[in-house]
Amino acid sequence: MKAIRIAGLAVAIVCSAQLAAQPPDGDWTMSAHDYASTRYSALDALNTQNVAKLAVDFTFSTGIDRGQEAAPLVVGETMYIVGPFPNPVFALDLTKPGAPLKWKYQPHPEPAAQGVACCDVVNRGGAYANGTFVFNTLDGNTIALDAATGMERWKAHLGDINKGETITMAPLIVKGKVLVGDSGGEFGVRGWLAALDLADGHVVWKAYNTGPDADVLIGPQFKPFYAGDRGKDLGVKTWPPQAWKIGGGTVWGWISYDPALNLVYYGTGNPGPWNADQRPGDNKWTSGIFARDADTGQARWYYQFSPHDLYDYDAVNENLLLDLPIGGTTRKVIVRPERNGFIYVIDRATGQVLSADPFGLNNSIERIDLKSGRPVYNPSYRPKAGRTTRGICPGSPGAKDWNPSAYSPKTGLVYIPHINLCMDVEPSEVSYIAGTPYVGTDQRMYAGPGGNRGVFTAWDPVRRKVAWEVKEDLPLWSAALVTAGDLVFYGTMDGWFKAVDARTGALKWQFQTGSGIIGQPVSYRGPDGRQYIAVLSGVGGWAGAIVVGNLDPRDSTGASGFVNATRDLKQKTGTGGTLYVFALPK
Amino acid sequence: MSSHCRNDPVLSNALRARAVAIATVFALLCSCQREDREYASAPTSNAQPPRQSTLQPGATAANPADPVGQHYQDNAFHIDEGSRLYRAYNCSGCHANGGGGIGPALMDADWRYGGRIDQIHATILEGRPNGMPSFRGKLTDAQAWQLAAYVRAMSGNVRNDAEPSRREGMAATPPLDRLPKQPPRNGDPSAGTVPPP
Repeated sequence: MKAIRIAGLAVAIVCSAQLAAQPPDGDWTMSAHDYASTRYSALDALNTQNVAKLAVDFTFSTGIDRGQEAAPLVVGETMYIVGPFPNPVFALDLTKPGAPLKWKYQPHPEPAAQGVACCDVVNRGGAYANGTFVFNTLDGNTIALDAATGMERWKAHLGDINKGETITMAPLIVKGKVLVGDSGGEFGVRGWLAALDLADGHVVWKAYNTGPDADVLIGPQFKPFYAGDRGKDLGVKTWPPQAWKIGGGTVWGWISYDPALNLVYYGTGNPGPWNADQRPGDNKWTSGIFARDADTGQARWYYQFSPHDLYDYDAVNENLLLDLPIGGTTRKVIVRPERNGFIYVIDRATGQVLSADPFGLNNSIERIDLKSGRPVYNPSYRPKAGRTTRGICPGSPGAKDWNPSAYSPKTGLVYIPHINLCMDVEPSEVSYIAGTPYVGTDQRMYAGPGGNRGVFTAWDPVRRKVAWEVKEDLPLWSAALVTAGDLVFYGTMDGWFKAVDARTGALKWQFQTGSGIIGQPVSYRGPDGRQYIAVLSGVGGWAGAIVVGNLDPRDSTGASGFVNATRDLKQKTGTGGTLYVFALPK
Repeated sequence: MSSHCRNDPVLSNALRARAVAIATVFALLCSCQREDREYASAPTSNAQPPRQSTLQPGATAANPADPVGQHYQDNAFHIDEGSRLYRAYNCSGCHANGGGGIGPALMDADWRYGGRIDQIHATILEGRPNGMPSFRGKLTDAQAWQLAAYVRAMSGNVRNDAEPSRREGMAATPPLDRLPKQPPRNGDPSAGTVPPP
């Protein structure tokens, strides 16, 4: 037993040494914990044996009862929280009992921004580096604060709400640059990723995800693996004339960074409008992944998960940078549970897809052709304007939406919180009116086979199969956290916060919070040396729109059809906005 | 010649039948009130802007509804035009087929900024601070009234003889005449969840 534990520890040490730029063990300085986006905490004081005694240590109200999607960050003795619109930032003093407020910053964003936020007025959190806390506001600003005092250092206006641009993502700080992208894929905006100087906020480089190569920062270094991604100005040529200007490809999800290759990786959102008949062509560079030079922004490679996206299979999901044994050698790969329902393993130096396996129910895409890299769409589920196509699986939020997965080097498993929804779709012609939705689709979603709307899957990326699975009644909209104590944490939309055994999925502990959980749990070591688990509770987001927007369940197309799948949610949870922090009693 | 006609029973019967038919058609025409289609212009008025609050400090002053509104909300043509504009101006992108999404539901009884047609008309043209865009200058005044008439009808507040035809395609909501009549109730509870800026 002891030998096994020591062996396990040795594996943990070796593996954690591989993880890129691991911050100090006890801190949580960026949303995904580390540049490799593992959401793995090496703290192991809390484990499967003692988790049953886990109890609330303190709580904190954000005062906003909209969807709480942010990860609380912990740096040394301070915790930082960003709320949904109007995006206040709170710093809590962890050295004192009850963690009192140290400072509060109110950015006063434009209230009209709420009218162009597609799926609740969420914020996915901030980032910390060099004594600076950086976050984004719904009305399109990036703001840097002095982490010690909460004084504003700089503010950069990047998005225009009159064009439908908002910012909801959590920035990532890489080598003194703040990486930020826009939201608004449902408003016909043009997607981009910008790098701002951490010192003063000026734009160092900005790469668009549609349009001419010069705008996309495609130059001589660009060497995509697949022939279909090579050629001049594909970001213009794969669209009807001028359509790239309102074509989407936003960056509202996750960014990873490999210091050895000096590459940043991020996904691009759906093309606009959703009605695909209005945009014949592959619609590059939407619904794909870019690898870019972190210093210059120049594109190195690109791969398109969903060319000519038919279903709003936004490709903004997290990229787990792992070194895995594949075919007898250790390969530097990206493991990516993609919204289109396939989990991809991609060589992160070249962009070659090594494997792509379905991790959920899928009938819209038959398989991924590894030779061309292209998905083979099932023609019988191809939507057409003016008619209703039924039974498409997965639905628009995919087999998995924004909520990121976690990876434990101890178990070698990827922990994926996701959904099991199918849909009926009726596209129709839509006109572009700046600042209004550019979608052109009526749709309604419902539970897929089995009737459960959520699934938590532990996936073995080496054996390429499911290790274990937990079915959840409601869609899973929270992120996953895994710890060295072999515990996996996630929350449900009816407010349960759960800890399951990382090796078996057996439920070890659960706690009913005040509202549905759609946030990102984190683990940290407090100034007193104890291990803490923290999560924000507060239902919302696309899946929770029916509750926070008080939507009418009699319309099956409400909230782009999500209302039909969550008609019962108002009976199961109410709005909230509270931080819960748990620890073993002293 | 004439006597021949008078004595011909067949012709006489035909004449009588024709007279009855003409009388019937005339009677039918008189009993139907044909609705006027106003393709070009619409009545305008100089009514006061509608109040949003029922609370008035001191003596309560009257705030009569703009009489123009009544004209639009009882007219099938205007309501049908409104349903077309509702999609053409991407209202459906935020409010879906009445259930709401980015914006609030329009098929329930709750109205953040008032559910009277002149209040809805003002909301469409002027916009509201928590995300409703202002469409002033993008629609004619008559179109804004047509839209407002349709939006009001979405919660079942429509005369049966003015109800718009149903959209073809995927049925999203019950037909408007099957919705319970939901008299506007100002004070949408979800409005309280919109945090102050």
